[in-house]
Amino acid sequence: MTAPVIGASIRRKEDHRFITGQGRYTDDINRHGQTHAYFVRSPHAHAKLRGVDTSAARAAKGVVGVLTGADLAADKLGGLICGWMITSKDGTPMKAGAHPALAVDTVRYVGDHIAIVIAETYGQAKDAAELVKVEYEELPPVVDPAKAQSDATQVHAEAPRNTIYQWEIGNKPETEAAFAKAAQIVKLDLTNNRLIPNAMEPRACVGEYDDATSGYTLYVTSQNPHVARLVMSAFIGIAPEHKLRVVAPDVGGGFGSKIFIYAEEVVCTWASKKVRRPVKWTAERSESFLSDAHGRDHVTHAELALDADAKMLGLRVKTIANLGAYMSTFSSSVPTYLYGTLLSGQYDLSAIYAEVDAVYTNTAPVDAYRGAGRPEATYVIERIVEEAARQLKLDPVAFRRKNFVRKFPHQTPVIMNYDAGDYDASLDAALKLADYAGFPARKAAAKAQGKLRGLGFSTYIEACGLAPSAAVGSLGAGVGLWESAEVRVTPTGGVEVFTGAHSHGQGHETTFAQVVAGRLGIPMENVEIIHGDTNSVQFGMGTYGSRAAVGLTAVSRALDKIEAKAKKIAAHVLEASAADIVFENGEFKVAGTDRKLAFHEVALNAYVAHKFPTSEIEPGLKESVFHDPTNFTFPAGTHICEVEIDPDTGVTTIVSFTAVDDFGNVINPMIVEGQVQGGIAQGIGQALLEHGVYDKDSGQLITGSYMDYTMPRADDLPSYKLGFTVTPCPSNPLGMKGCGEAGAIASPAAVMNAVTDALGVKEFNMPATPSRVWAAIHRTRAAAE
Amino acid sequence: MYQFQYFRPKSLDEARKLYENNGDAKFLAGGQTLIPTLKQRLAQPTALIDLGGIAMSGIKVAGGVVTIGAGTKHFDVATSADVKGTIPALAHLAGHIGDPAVRHMGTLGGSIANNDPAADYPAAALGLGATIKTTSRSINADDFFTGMFETALEEGEIVTEVSFPVPEKAAYMKFPNPASRYAMVGVFVAKTKTGVRVAVTGAASSVFRESAMEAALAKSFTPDAVAGIKVSPANMNGDLHGTAEYRAHLVTVMAKRAVAAAIA
Ligand SMILES: Cc1cc2nc3c(=O)[nH]c(=O)nc-3n(C[C@H](O)[C@H](O)[C@H](O)COP(=O)(O)OP(=O)(O)OC[C@H]3O[C@@H](n4cnc5c(N)ncnc54)[C@H](O)[C@@H]3O)c2cc1C
Repeated sequence: MTAPVIGASIRRKEDHRFITGQGRYTDDINRHGQTHAYFVRSPHAHAKLRGVDTSAARAAKGVVGVLTGADLAADKLGGLICGWMITSKDGTPMKAGAHPALAVDTVRYVGDHIAIVIAETYGQAKDAAELVKVEYEELPPVVDPAKAQSDATQVHAEAPRNTIYQWEIGNKPETEAAFAKAAQIVKLDLTNNRLIPNAMEPRACVGEYDDATSGYTLYVTSQNPHVARLVMSAFIGIAPEHKLRVVAPDVGGGFGSKIFIYAEEVVCTWASKKVRRPVKWTAERSESFLSDAHGRDHVTHAELALDADAKMLGLRVKTIANLGAYMSTFSSSVPTYLYGTLLSGQYDLSAIYAEVDAVYTNTAPVDAYRGAGRPEATYVIERIVEEAARQLKLDPVAFRRKNFVRKFPHQTPVIMNYDAGDYDASLDAALKLADYAGFPARKAAAKAQGKLRGLGFSTYIEACGLAPSAAVGSLGAGVGLWESAEVRVTPTGGVEVFTGAHSHGQGHETTFAQVVAGRLGIPMENVEIIHGDTNSVQFGMGTYGSRAAVGLTAVSRALDKIEAKAKKIAAHVLEASAADIVFENGEFKVAGTDRKLAFHEVALNAYVAHKFPTSEIEPGLKESVFHDPTNFTFPAGTHICEVEIDPDTGVTTIVSFTAVDDFGNVINPMIVEGQVQGGIAQGIGQALLEHGVYDKDSGQLITGSYMDYTMPRADDLPSYKLGFTVTPCPSNPLGMKGCGEAGAIASPAAVMNAVTDALGVKEFNMPATPSRVWAAIHRTRAAAE
Repeated sequence: MYQFQYFRPKSLDEARKLYENNGDAKFLAGGQTLIPTLKQRLAQPTALIDLGGIAMSGIKVAGGVVTIGAGTKHFDVATSADVKGTIPALAHLAGHIGDPAVRHMGTLGGSIANNDPAADYPAAALGLGATIKTTSRSINADDFFTGMFETALEEGEIVTEVSFPVPEKAAYMKFPNPASRYAMVGVFVAKTKTGVRVAVTGAASSVFRESAMEAALAKSFTPDAVAGIKVSPANMNGDLHGTAEYRAHLVTVMAKRAVAAAIA
């Protein structure tokens, strides 16, 4: 018998096509008669449109069509939507402004869409776009979220004071009581810097209308093609769902930014019928910077109440979240239910009260980006916990241990019910890997060299796979968050798995196949994972929020059904009672005899249907499951970062980075390590390098290219020391938790705790760039002198 | 990019003629600055005259001078045994320009003709007191770099080669901009037969010589000699990546490190 496949570091099946250049991305798709689109975008952050004259552009060489917001309105197409309704603390629904796919009378950020120019070639479309005459009446922009509520500029008339909602979570009276009796209160101001996603593959789409079937096909860089189809059908009204096929082929990285339904794909699909030709658009990198949904951008004040014995009594948080100029598809949920619900961290805190104001500004829309809300929550709690330890002059490890949750299940005051975990175990393992005991000696040695060393912790928890659907629905979600799986066994014993969990870097084609192969005792080559096409997969919710465990559970449950049916068939073929059939190592056996059938033999029998009564058992072998999880999964662990700062230049070097994560049972450790590595790279990027910056006066995106936006490169990153601890997740049969975002969630706080430790400062915002670190040293030295 | 005509002349004469007869023409060398500019539609030349077909690359060492053809790629300078053996600081500098793709395309002539305020080569040319040979004359580095993206080159004048006198000691210290990796501050120090030269790039609108440091190093070519020299932030660049004060401070730090490297 072969070695177990589940839990083995099997090489990714998909890599052969990727590393040999045979991946098939949206831009690789070319349809017969295809045209090319270019979007006219606003060069201003805020302006009234006084006129859009397309006549010269329409007359230009090669131009097939030029369409504007007026054309969209004439066809009565709906605007883009935000799919999660948030209710303010005063009971009023959130105040969202309209979001037309092409601007009608106002543009609200640099890059906002005004018109689509469609031509025979991309160059012709781009040339003609320059001929679209737009008359602007410039208005002053507001870009700073902290000032949005007092600024005279009004981004949307629907949202007075630019305030979309004022939301709260937690137990306010208990929290006030906790602060009233506190022996010590620690306060901290924090900002969570705006990030620009920068997937390697820019967004792209091809919209195609087929007159013969009166149906549309959209090829698009999407993490969730079914949701895209649902939104474009039910809300935007391009076509009924059964007349709209959405295909998300290979997708070169999403990190959240390809969850959303964007103006470009809507407009290209709609326009393909207007011009009766397929319409293709691929973003240039500059357009990605301007128009992909950005991430994070919070301003927060936090306070932690402690008793005389350093036990945490309560946490109070006030956050302003910048949602940009329009509400993107899931934007409202990120700074609320994905943020406030995680503020308890790994700590036994009985009183938490958080308020979040979401504001409009004249900047690109902000939505989920790897971690989505949970990095922001972890940053708040882990920074203030470390700060509290410093103020109390306690070892940060001892202080954390004093406050850890140790009894499960644990109900926090902010909705979450932690099902299982062992925070001491991952902390212990991380302390060893990081050689915490040796840190004072290393710090002294660095000091002797004129360098500043610091060490920081982040003992994080996060929540993956939003669930169950009824619960997320009661919180305002417009969709359920189950996942589907259909397992089709072919007559010769091959297995096709149709999953709604799209794969764009996660390696589903491998891990899902491992689960199937391991379970059925068949070679992995006999398993095909199919995803990303609404014509093959009936429905699915897509991949984000580290929710593949939901999809895998759906597959696992479908396999239960396959096994059950196959046993019945085997019983007839082997002329035994179904109760006597056991399934082991890919074989159906009559217990206690040598009579048996291989999996493929049973499959063939299922389809020829000669040996069982089809009045009792239907021919064929195909089962499907819609799995709605009963709870989130709660990955948790410890990250430890050690930095060394050169006080002459302000350069921060990460000398050691340790991460010990508890993801429950792991299907493929190599893939999981890859996810952790990538996540930490993004977290370090946020902490040290990346910052999306708009000019506060003009609203221009200053960091609109790699000349100014610092993407992490290999030599910015250390080799990580990684470890795993395991407490199996009780809410799914495989005992797995999500792993895709933990790295990005946990690491920024660890890095910044290390930086502030080295600098001996309390408040210091990300990114810790050399110039800002140098200025901080300069200030502290000047203050000390 | 916009449409343009493309020419690939075989000789400098032909190139100059094409330039004169083609309205708003531009010379194309490695294209590492010009092509991105065109792609972003920030320039609209009527014609591109590719200098790649003209024999203008190569490295010669003679009479205490290293002469490098304008068409020589950064990679070839970085890996040249002749350059490493005579002016290792120059090979080191070329080896830290951009990334491997840029170094395999970008040229010495294109870099100095472009005179980006954050480019590396101008620091070596000025720091070593190089002579820039063109289709019509020879220009001292001191007279060549005249301002931000500006040089003494006249319309249609082509850089053909650059001669770098071999110094006694030299080193280049670059503090890269974290995002672009161009020089935020780069300091080239050289102890030459005619005196000490300190050239600074990245910090201001164009490469410049730091005379206070040159005087101090002439007395004592040690890191300590420059450690106490504070550079005024008055003319320094300030942006998202660093204030003028920070850049001024970095000039001193990089100068100190460059001297330490030169005498190591
Ligand atoms: C990603 C990236 C990173 C980079 N990083 C750095 C860096 O760290 N440091 C650095 O110094 N540079 C950097 N560069 C720029 C690079 O060094 C270029 O090689 C240089 O700026 C221009 O050289 P080129 O041969 O590509 O010239 P081109 O781009 O072809 O031309 C540049 C200009 O010079 C003119 N020109 C070219 N050759 C001649 C000539 N012989 N005579 C007269 N005029 C001429 C052209 O007409 C044009 O105006 C980077 C470039 C890129 C794309």
